[in-house]
Amino acid sequence: MSVRRLAETQPKRFAFNKQNAKWVADKIREYPEGRQASAILPILMRAQEQEGWVTKPMLETVAEMLEVSYIRALEVATFYTMFQLAPVGTVAHIQVCGTTPCMLRGAEELRAVCQRKISPEPSQTNKDGTMSWEEVECLGACVNAPMVLIGKDTYEDLTVERFEEIVDAFAAGKGDEITPGTQIERMNSAALSGPTTLTDLPEAEKGGGAT
Amino acid sequence: MSLADKDRIFTNLYGQGDWGLKGAMARGGWDGTKALIEKGRDALTDEVKASGLRGRGGAGFPTALKWSFMPKQSDGRPHYLVINADESEPGTCKDREILRHDPHLLIEGALLAGRAMDAHTAFIYVRGEFWRERERLEAAVREAYDGKLIGPNNKHGWDFDIVVHTGAGAYICGEETGLLESLEGKKGLPRLKPPFPAAMGVYGCPTTVNNVESIAVVPDILRRGASWFASFGRPNNTGTKLFCVSGHVEQPATFEEEMGIDFEELIEKHCGGVRGGWDNLLAVIPGGASVPCVTAENIRHASMDFDGLAELKSGLGTAAVIVMDKSTDIIKAIWRLSAFYAHESCGQCTPCREGTGWMMRVMARMVEGRAERREIDMLFEVTKQVEGHTICALGDAAAWPIQGLIRNYRGVIEERMDAYTARAGSEDDLPAVAAQ
Repeated sequence: MSVRRLAETQPKRFAFNKQNAKWVADKIREYPEGRQASAILPILMRAQEQEGWVTKPMLETVAEMLEVSYIRALEVATFYTMFQLAPVGTVAHIQVCGTTPCMLRGAEELRAVCQRKISPEPSQTNKDGTMSWEEVECLGACVNAPMVLIGKDTYEDLTVERFEEIVDAFAAGKGDEITPGTQIERMNSAALSGPTTLTDLPEAEKGGGAT
Repeated sequence: MSLADKDRIFTNLYGQGDWGLKGAMARGGWDGTKALIEKGRDALTDEVKASGLRGRGGAGFPTALKWSFMPKQSDGRPHYLVINADESEPGTCKDREILRHDPHLLIEGALLAGRAMDAHTAFIYVRGEFWRERERLEAAVREAYDGKLIGPNNKHGWDFDIVVHTGAGAYICGEETGLLESLEGKKGLPRLKPPFPAAMGVYGCPTTVNNVESIAVVPDILRRGASWFASFGRPNNTGTKLFCVSGHVEQPATFEEEMGIDFEELIEKHCGGVRGGWDNLLAVIPGGASVPCVTAENIRHASMDFDGLAELKSGLGTAAVIVMDKSTDIIKAIWRLSAFYAHESCGQCTPCREGTGWMMRVMARMVEGRAERREIDMLFEVTKQVEGHTICALGDAAAWPIQGLIRNYRGVIEERMDAYTARAGSEDDLPAVAAQ
């Protein structure tokens, strides 16, 4: 368990923007009637996407919207570790997977890159407030270890050099120039020298060209 | 013994082809689904039962048997199918490939499984960090709705809704009742059983929770027949299985193989061998972080299935094979897993909440060697006190890796302590305590 509390300094108010308000209303309708509380995780994730982190007025707004008490929303926000309870880097927040499969293939060196280039301590932004990092538990891409998650994208099969380039690119506001996924010549999770299976399929069963 | 491509279920595993509906249909998906649905509940369950399919999420519980626990007659409460896509067991990354490269296998499987348990709604709980995978799945679900393959009044004659739900970074939500709590919008604290989900699951209604892979293989089992699936592997360990091999192999990879494949063949054929050769192999965790590690000597010709690995006092788990060569600090590798469990304990049961943290701290000292020999037995004893004394299996999962370490590598732990003592005796200043 990790102890997680809301930040001391909080904004005064929160409101969904127009587009998200519609998304939220649609999301609530997906769950059975009277079970709107189920939508709290997707809605808070959306709210965090909008604001960058989870704030107290946000929890109050969402709790009211879903007709649950505030403490339920607070419990959820402090239990689930994807919710950032304090501001993170405005340009990029880098999550370095540190669990054993990634550690075996060099996650500790990636963490050192973050310490060097962003901030010595996790979950603290750099001087400009643009970049931050943290070590997280298994992100589920172990075959492509070591890897990091930045925003919604994974960057896999990293070396120290490649990761430094990626961090620099994000810091320079050019993160979108890096293609996510594996960073080496490899087809997703197939073996590096090429797939060892699925090489002998009838043409029809291949199901069209690559996407 | 080797699986031919024509017998593979996941034919777009690497995303070589089109993940969408057109591609899925070209690969044989959504073929004759209506006729399968019309066979009815019992026939579907019996066929899957005959295939010998055991749950692919780690515990290996027979899938069709789980389905058969759902009430035969509805008492007015709806039935729910919940699909566990909260893939977060360290080492495991197989469901990810299904979600992003072959989502229609899962959607079709959900419809068929739904029919087999009289459920008209499925929730697919995708872990929060799988943003792109979730987007892909949502797009595929939209395609299925647009094509009238699912939804109200669909082509198949079984009304069926699919809701894609998101987690937010809690490993414990992969535990089925923790997942149900989370789905209801609460903290993911596992529930006491009984009542089992089949009697009282999500929203207090009959529910079955299945892993992504378990559901995604169902259409192929029903189309090709139970005997086809059962022809792979051996009794009680049938079928094909997605393996994900990570760690110190030449080429880590995810692939589908026959259950019971020999470990050496698995590594040689698909992963280019162990880094530095077989003599350089130290240990293997064969089924994801929650199973005990096995020594190089014992694993080499192990049969990679449920019974084969249970014989080695380990388990197939999710078939996530973590390979460690001799450059590995095995104590540290296991300590990192202890840190994982301490982080992911939900805090509900005292033995786990306190025990995982305690075990992690003792393990951290053992990494340095800053401990006494008697503490090895003490640590083992504490793992035994956590194991089996908690609501869910996270306590067990935290205990087993340490037990495996002590069983197999006690000598390494003792050497580390001796080295530390010798060093401390020869220096005035004691080395700094590890930061972690």
